[in-house]
Amino acid sequence: MKVTVRYFALLRERIGRESEELDWDDAEPTVGRLRGYLADRAPALGAVLRGGTLLVAVNREYAAADTVLRDGDEVALFPPVTGG
Amino acid sequence: MEHVSDKVRVQRGPFDAAAELERVKTASRRIGGVVLFVGVVRDFSQGREVTKILFEHFAGMAETKLAELRDAAISRFGLIDLVIVHRFGELLPGDDIVLIAAAAEHRAAAFDGCAWCIDELKRHVPIWKKEHAPDGAVWVEAHP
Repeated sequence: MKVTVRYFALLRERIGRESEELDWDDAEPTVGRLRGYLADRAPALGAVLRGGTLLVAVNREYAAADTVLRDGDEVALFPPVTGG
Repeated sequence: MEHVSDKVRVQRGPFDAAAELERVKTASRRIGGVVLFVGVVRDFSQGREVTKILFEHFAGMAETKLAELRDAAISRFGLIDLVIVHRFGELLPGDDIVLIAAAAEHRAAAFDGCAWCIDELKRHVPIWKKEHAPDGAVWVEAHP
């Protein structure tokens, strides 16, 4: 299935891009599995991508590791927010 | 009746705090007090001189989260009106960052609602700041 992955702030800078279209298939397509896939793909950022402080939004709603992904979803990964 | 989107905004340009206050104040004759919070860029943070701050936001989600925050604050504190404006882009020391104007029948709800709003905004709205100093720039990690 296809998912759009977006990155923000420090993570965007470290990954070196704002977003990417992924063709990704998994028997259990969850947010946690996707993060694992991205971490395996970029070992230098593995700790960050698997890390507990990273926040995830699926279709602009905060999501948890067990949130199930569907074809066409937008998954945003970002550090803790620091507005205000 | 103004559209709710006028009440929560994420914008690059400056806001006019006096105009926002006036607009909130005139929303209803039942308003007995308005608490106005304006967050401003400081020239010093965590032991470092700050020359500018870059604010990045997740367009779309930031506005949605602000609208949810507004609804939650209105029902939680019984506010009559509430405006939240946050800026993005490069801001210099002394520049305004965020404005929250909370209107209620009595002052306690206005004070409490305004304080709760800025605390929740710092925790949940997808906006990030990168502080620039003479020796380099760092993304702020916590919310002091």
